[in-house]
Amino acid sequence: NEQLAIPQLRQSSYRHETPPTNPSRRCLHLGYFGGKRLHKISWSAPKPSPLTRSAPMAKLAIFFTLTLSLLPFLSHSFSPDTPTDRRILVLLDDFSLKSSHSIFFTSLKSRGFDLDFKLADDPKLSLQRYGQYLYDGLILFAPSVERFGGALDVAAVLDFVDSGHDLIVAADTTASDLIKSVATECGVDFDEDPSAMVIDHQGYAVSDVDGDHTLIAADELIRSDVILGKTKIEAPVLFKGIAHSLNAANTLALKVLSGSPSAYSANPSAKLSSPPSLTGSAISLVSVVQARNNARIMISGSLDLFSNRYMKSSVQKAGSPSKYEKSGNEQFVTEVSKWLFHERGHLKAGNLRHLKVGETGEPAMYRIKDDLEFYVDIFEWSGNSWEPYVADDVQVQFYMMSPYVLKTLSTDKKGLYHTSFKVPDVYGVFQFKVEYQKLGYTSLSLSKQIPVRPFRHNEYERFIPTAFPYYGASFTTMAGFFIFSVVYLYNK
Amino acid sequence: MASPESTINGPTKAAGADSKSLRNAFGGVIAFIILVLIGVLAFSIRLFSVIKYESVIHEFDPYFNYRVTQFLSKNGIYDFWNWFDDRTWYPLGRVIGGTVYPGLTLTAGTIWKVVNSLNIPLSVETVCVFTAPIFSAFASWAAYLLTKEVKGPGAGLTAAALLAMVPSYISRSVAGSYDNEAVAIFALVFTFYLYIKTLNTGSLFYATLNALAYFYMVCSWGGYTFIINLIPMHVLLCIVTGRYSSRLYIAYAPLVVLGTLLAALVPVVGFNAVLTSEHFASFLVFIIIHVVALAYYIKGILSPKMFKVAVTLVVSVGLAVCCAVIAILIAVVASSPTKGWSGRSLTLLDPTYASKYIPIIASVSEHQPPTWPSYFMDINVLAFLVPAGIIACFMPLSDSSSFVILYIVTSVYFSGVMVRLMLVLAPAACILSGIALSEAFNVLTRSIKFQLPGIAGNSTSEENGSSSVVAPSDVSKTEKTEEVAKEKPVKKNRKKEKENVEKKPTPSKTERRLLVLPLEASVIAVLLLVLLGAFYVVHCVWAAAEAYSAPSIVLTSQSNDGGLHVFDDFREAYSWLSHNTDVDDKVASWWDYGYQTTAMANRTVLVDNNTWNNTHIATVGTAMSSPEKQAWEIFHSLDVKYVLVVFGGLVGYPSDDINKFLWMVRIGGGEFPHIKEPDYLRDGQYRIDAQATPTMLNCLMYKLSYFRFVETDGKGFDRVRRTEIGKKHFKLTHFEEVFTTHHWMVRIYKLKPPRNRIRGKTKKSKSSVRRSVSSKRDVKGKRNPWH
Repeated sequence: NEQLAIPQLRQSSYRHETPPTNPSRRCLHLGYFGGKRLHKISWSAPKPSPLTRSAPMAKLAIFFTLTLSLLPFLSHSFSPDTPTDRRILVLLDDFSLKSSHSIFFTSLKSRGFDLDFKLADDPKLSLQRYGQYLYDGLILFAPSVERFGGALDVAAVLDFVDSGHDLIVAADTTASDLIKSVATECGVDFDEDPSAMVIDHQGYAVSDVDGDHTLIAADELIRSDVILGKTKIEAPVLFKGIAHSLNAANTLALKVLSGSPSAYSANPSAKLSSPPSLTGSAISLVSVVQARNNARIMISGSLDLFSNRYMKSSVQKAGSPSKYEKSGNEQFVTEVSKWLFHERGHLKAGNLRHLKVGETGEPAMYRIKDDLEFYVDIFEWSGNSWEPYVADDVQVQFYMMSPYVLKTLSTDKKGLYHTSFKVPDVYGVFQFKVEYQKLGYTSLSLSKQIPVRPFRHNEYERFIPTAFPYYGASFTTMAGFFIFSVVYLYNK
Repeated sequence: MASPESTINGPTKAAGADSKSLRNAFGGVIAFIILVLIGVLAFSIRLFSVIKYESVIHEFDPYFNYRVTQFLSKNGIYDFWNWFDDRTWYPLGRVIGGTVYPGLTLTAGTIWKVVNSLNIPLSVETVCVFTAPIFSAFASWAAYLLTKEVKGPGAGLTAAALLAMVPSYISRSVAGSYDNEAVAIFALVFTFYLYIKTLNTGSLFYATLNALAYFYMVCSWGGYTFIINLIPMHVLLCIVTGRYSSRLYIAYAPLVVLGTLLAALVPVVGFNAVLTSEHFASFLVFIIIHVVALAYYIKGILSPKMFKVAVTLVVSVGLAVCCAVIAILIAVVASSPTKGWSGRSLTLLDPTYASKYIPIIASVSEHQPPTWPSYFMDINVLAFLVPAGIIACFMPLSDSSSFVILYIVTSVYFSGVMVRLMLVLAPAACILSGIALSEAFNVLTRSIKFQLPGIAGNSTSEENGSSSVVAPSDVSKTEKTEEVAKEKPVKKNRKKEKENVEKKPTPSKTERRLLVLPLEASVIAVLLLVLLGAFYVVHCVWAAAEAYSAPSIVLTSQSNDGGLHVFDDFREAYSWLSHNTDVDDKVASWWDYGYQTTAMANRTVLVDNNTWNNTHIATVGTAMSSPEKQAWEIFHSLDVKYVLVVFGGLVGYPSDDINKFLWMVRIGGGEFPHIKEPDYLRDGQYRIDAQATPTMLNCLMYKLSYFRFVETDGKGFDRVRRTEIGKKHFKLTHFEEVFTTHHWMVRIYKLKPPRNRIRGKTKKSKSSVRRSVSSKRDVKGKRNPWH
């Protein structure tokens, strides 16, 4: 099945045949992936204009396509061509969350996502069928669930991530071991004390009526336009929940929203007997992880962060004169989710090529001291299409165990990056390497092997000017010996 | 080449008498036929490997030579010369054209081309497989020529017959053993022959040929330094013993000049021909021979009295100059750390050198000193005949026989240092044994002939050649003919040296009569000698058939019911690699398997049998002796995809990687001091059972070798080490097994990709693990050479 599917997928990678009507997202998606042949079955059967087609007919078509080829074709979350997710499974503790967090869900839907709400202990839960994933993203808004229903467990969730899909995990004070272990596997450690909450006696939100200072107005955001969007989030973000920490050695995880220096994690209702384990800016309130396969994960210590109540409420940070009509939550959540579902910061590089100066066509091997030109294309996904990526910090390495040449590439602003340099005076098997890791962007790692040979025997200089005295000496010696022989032999 | 000469010799020496010339001509024809048969013998005795196994290239180095020959036959000589090979020594690559002795490759390539131009469609592989047997036939003929120059055709034929089947030489030249030595032994003996020929004739023509033969030898094998040191030693010996002559000058001076120029043309030698200490002796002797020649010249034109004055003057001045020059030279040489000698040469001069300083040379089995039994195995009865041959060479001592004595003495020493150089000893031993046997038969058959006038030398062996067929009655004539026959080539070309010849001690008729042995003793001695020869032949055939024919790429074993079991695991593994991996994938293994992997699997390797870069080999050794994680990092930094280990524990194949492992530790530790040999030894003992050290049980080599081994018999009993392994149940975290051959002899692992996510810490126990890992990472900065 796999082997059959792949060539068809390739064939269908061009996009001109979008279906005439759009019965549902799923169908669009299917047509998109299914390609030519699929359309012949499903769409072109009724000869008259597609507009006149009856609903049952469309349903039949959906049924056909579903049964025939949905599974093998559909379930690639982000193909290299369209990295943005489409189908998202939302797991809830309680269906009431659907309405209490509706602003967040509506914003996702309005951006074209197809949300599928299920209870976390639904016995029919499954992420994949016949080895193919049914969803591109997973939102876990079920902090207290002890066991998932159906075939879902921690390993299944992690496999989902490891096969390149995205995940949002929201916890709160009721967070179960299950949710915590999912987070741990992604490199995020929640506070081990089950009753602890983040408390900040200086950065709390003043609108709060009760006085334990667990509702925090957090404004320590990561400085990254890619993750948080270009518009600055002015208002603080309301947060009420538990703290987590990241390992400093973990290069994949980032604190998006971190605690203020005065924050700490402890049980608000009990007396503090020992120093809290997590304090200050070591506390992360919301983190994101970008796995090596560019799957993106968001982990929040607060589920309320996403709630309509917090999004709508006004906010004033303690000690700060400015009061905002609306908290920063909505903007924050929307922007992070845009990044998370690959609407932003997703790069694609390819078409690595190089050639010798003055020649066309890629050589199989260079000689030392050759001059060469190097090109690579880099594009960024804008959510709908690939746009040229413009940056001045993309570098190429000419690498053999260590970089011999390291050059910054210049771009023509149309996605083409270029540089030229001289091959070093060392032979061996080199690589052109583009390693681009920029905060928030998908990491690019391309390499192309190219051997570099020494001079051929006839590529050296034949006569060296400095050696002319030696040439002269040897020829005069030869001549002298010849004369000597003649004289000696015939002059008796 | 030999036969026409002897047939021509026949008529010339038999002055007058028709019957005698006929007889001599007959002897020449017999000698010719014998030589042809010796060639056939030398060729066919080496075919056991093809008959018992199949027509494959053997062992390790031949695979590289085969690959180079394929390249040569496909791309031509210029591309071969400039070949930069990017599939070995990744990522350094190797300039094959400049680092290989091209003689063998060019020879086989030429043969292939000639054969194909004659429309005989032989594959390159076939030509390679049969190059060694062909050249061993040539080597036997060269030995005949050399010995004939020294002691006459009878000894020559005996020596050729002995050399054709000497086990030591067979071990390196069976069909399929496509290595440099295959052609180099022929080149060595032939160069010596031409040197002796020049020395005997004083002909410039032969001197030129000698330089060309030397050039061929330089092309073929690094052992050419043996020639360029032995010949100067002989020249020096001749000068010191007062045997200087113009013939000696002609034999030596052109060789040094032309030979050095030609040697410098071989890319791999290049300027080494004048720069390294290996060649130094030849230049020194070159100077000395000129001084001596000048002295003789002056002696000729001056009166004796004047000469004495001149000598004292020159000697006093000359000594001062010489001392100054030598002092400068010593200073120059001593300024280089290795005293201008290459590691291998130093190992020869100081046998303990390699084991002290260069584990990489000491680790090669063929660089170990031989054991006593290996002498008996490799040269068998020749070991007993050689002393007799040396004695025979002293009666009478000539220039050529002194050369043979010098040759045997030096080669005995060298063979005692490295088992590989047994190969150089073999021709010398054959030549001297040939002389000994021939002389013995000479004496014995003459005694028989003398006492049984009725019987024409029927009991004589063929080796006696022309001399034995002469009628026994006229002893004086026999004597004369013998003498003439022996000195003929000398006399023919130069009359001036006649006095020299006359001076040689010719035993008078009466003396000869006294030398006659009792009839019974002679007959018994002849029989015993024939028996000795028979033993030798039996041994050689056995050695060729059983001991030295295994190609080592295919193994066989005799099962209890007499059946033959074939272990073809190596080729199984290599073909798996070539079919299941990407063309550009890199395969790491210990360097023994490098050549085979590139030649048979066509995959890039990190290190191979050409040991030019110690650091790179040490890196692989370090990876093999590190724990999994560090090893993974080293391999990953070198773009390795697959790791190949050879494991003999299941079938009892003793030369597997676990047995070689200590060398990996030593070589790795030589460059990266955090690898320490004592960490792998329990009380100085190398063991892999439960008593083994934790370092040993956790190193990559142990894990890759014994992964899942316990599943085979439930106990994990290693049949090579004859013990149960120490750590039986473990998992691999950074490697995954992708292929294990039928008998588990080759196991291939794939490096796992880096983990997609980095885990956090959950429980206390895990947090400590986590911390130790992160602290290791700091240390690793120093440890891993590539970070």
